Amino acid sequence: MDFNLTEERQMLQDTLRRYLSDRYTTSARNAILDSETGMSPEIWGELAGLGVIGALFSEEDGGFGGAGFDISTVFEELGRAGVVEPFLDTAILGGGMIAAVGNAEQKQLLEQVIAGQLHLALAHGEPASRYDLSRVETTARADGEEIVLNGRKAVVVNGEAAGFLIVSAREHGGFFDLDGSSLFVVPADVPGLTMRGYPMLAGARAAEVSLDDVRVPQTARLGAEGAGFGPLMDVVAAANVALVAETLGAMETAVELTRQYLLTRHQFGRPIGSFQALQHRFADMLIELEQARSAVINAAGHLDSQDRDRQIAAARNLVSRVGRLVAEESIQMHGGIAMTQEYELAHIAKRIVMADHRFGDADYHLERFIALSAA
Amino acid sequence: MDLNYTEEEKAFREEVRAFLAEKLPKEVSDKVRAGISLGKEGHEQWHATLNEKGWLNFNWPKEFGGAEWNAVQRHIFEEECAMAYAPRIVPFGLSMLAPVLQKFGSKEQQDYFLPRILNGEHWWCQGYSEPGAGSDLASLKTRAMRDGEHYVVNGQKTWTTLGQYANWIFCLVRTDPDAKQQEGISFLLIDMNTPGIEVRPIVLLDGTPEVNEVFFDNVRVPVENLVGEENKGWTYAKYLLTHERTNIAGVGFSRAGLDAVKRIARIECAGGRPLIENPHFAARLAQVEIDLMAMATTNMRIISQAAAGQAPGVESSMLKVKGTIIRQEINDLARRAVGPYAMPFVSEAVDGDNDPIGPDYAGPVAAQYFNNRKLSIFGGSNEIQRGIIAKVKLGG
Repeated sequence: MDFNLTEERQMLQDTLRRYLSDRYTTSARNAILDSETGMSPEIWGELAGLGVIGALFSEEDGGFGGAGFDISTVFEELGRAGVVEPFLDTAILGGGMIAAVGNAEQKQLLEQVIAGQLHLALAHGEPASRYDLSRVETTARADGEEIVLNGRKAVVVNGEAAGFLIVSAREHGGFFDLDGSSLFVVPADVPGLTMRGYPMLAGARAAEVSLDDVRVPQTARLGAEGAGFGPLMDVVAAANVALVAETLGAMETAVELTRQYLLTRHQFGRPIGSFQALQHRFADMLIELEQARSAVINAAGHLDSQDRDRQIAAARNLVSRVGRLVAEESIQMHGGIAMTQEYELAHIAKRIVMADHRFGDADYHLERFIALSAA
Repeated sequence: MDLNYTEEEKAFREEVRAFLAEKLPKEVSDKVRAGISLGKEGHEQWHATLNEKGWLNFNWPKEFGGAEWNAVQRHIFEEECAMAYAPRIVPFGLSMLAPVLQKFGSKEQQDYFLPRILNGEHWWCQGYSEPGAGSDLASLKTRAMRDGEHYVVNGQKTWTTLGQYANWIFCLVRTDPDAKQQEGISFLLIDMNTPGIEVRPIVLLDGTPEVNEVFFDNVRVPVENLVGEENKGWTYAKYLLTHERTNIAGVGFSRAGLDAVKRIARIECAGGRPLIENPHFAARLAQVEIDLMAMATTNMRIISQAAAGQAPGVESSMLKVKGTIIRQEINDLARRAVGPYAMPFVSEAVDGDNDPIGPDYAGPVAAQYFNNRKLSIFGGSNEIQRGIIAKVKLGG
């Protein structure tokens, strides 16, 4: 066994950490959060230039990575700095889907994605689907050479910025059938597609998307007809690796901020870190943080294995539990200061906790783990 | 041992219910339920409604025109208000400053300030915490120096709740820097319109405009605004804190919160079934309900003792810790229950009337989860409370 990063990944980590600690300060990020688009095109472009997006794609698709440990390396650093720019949505979900099942023509979009010139979004979840990946009510009806899409998509992260949306829609079967839904590459400006955009609590923006008789050519179909569920599972698996790694990075920041605060904040004439009641709780956070780090390694290392889904369910369950502990205990040990938006921890704690709400919380992944372990 | 309320208490509960049914406007309770800010006027209107009935100053003694309810009556009222999603009574003037003035204030102060607390002319805020004095409140540094018939105040207060609405602030200030920490503090009443005061809002992590910093730059305060004796302010502050701790368990809020989570969980579906039937979610819900049932009885045990004239001691610290753990757990359950629709953050969900994103109940839950982290921090953090409990039993 070797738990060291490869030389390339180590360099990527170092570069990213340096860049983000220089550029992605609390005040810079708070300005991004308050902006209309909820992201900085400048920082997006610079990070793309540093290879952040390229690292998430294989050489065959124009990148220089794409493995589980590439994803975890990048997202741990993005998480450490509390980055809100939608790398998960454009690269892992949107770009990942095109890389997985796109034809040669569709794959031409990847060059722009890797260069940081094109945003994508996955429009899959629906108002009633919660975390169920198989549930698709949106319909796709063939009409000659065209496909007609109708339905509603919920909390489409990065929908407003995306040039294209990857839309799941059902061609046959019932709402929960694994077979029968397909994926389509839909230009954002197509007639019949409307959005209601809004900011999210932990940063970035999402939209409610309505598809009313949206017409796209048959060639817009991504992958085989009625076979959208498999590739969806694949990209969501990669997204879950990204999410646990991002949360790990954010927890490292939360723990470090708490460490510094315990050392420097004085009450009752001494640093509060000299109170054993807080020391033991801080120690528990460190213990759990190492558990989370190992769970992330397990998930990233099994992204291409048979045991992938069980490992990922385990990691997401564990990281969600540790995340709640670290976020809540970090805030509590700081006191009121941690509740103010101008203090770094406020945003970091929100990133940690709100990761629960993408692709399933601790309970959802516990049930997945139980079901997969029984199988 | 009898777990039932007396006939008089039951009749009182009915009276409170009937009042709320008649006088609490639905648009107001809808806002409270949805976590939407009422603004200054909303609070003032509710205070006026209660005052008309004679129920605004229910904790004041009869000699000051209050209803002088006992602890059981207060509990029933607060529980019914919480369950009906009535606005909270803003406590700073009514239940924090007023008892101090009634006990330690001069006749002139009582005659001037108490009626204005009641009629809403004065909106009070609390100037206690400072950037360097949180849990260790007695280390506060805001200085008041005597200059003829005035004190000149310099320094900074923080976490001043709803200070943006206030026209008066009661402050702990240091009048003797050479005395032992607790012995050099005085209790001063300050008109917020005095030159040299600046209020700056603190942006909280959920976006709510709730707390402020208050800066004092050579603020001249007439000496008649000193409460009681100079350098005895710590005694008055401690007296005030015992009043801040009524309703500390928040049983009514937890019951209302639990009902709200159940309502959400009946509507939300996971895997084609209502979430409330999901074994993991149902188990979490049941656990917190079991805890709440026991705590409600602990709360009643302590209230009964208080009604019989026994001052609560370490029990109020226990209720603070357990009560906040339960409320925060309920906030966490609400956040989980709404799934992906916890993510949208539309400030209108907290402050306005726009159409909600997703189901109507989803808007405020994640923001409330973060906002209510404060429950275990303010009013003496849970660490301070645990320290009190341990000290009483272990000494030291």
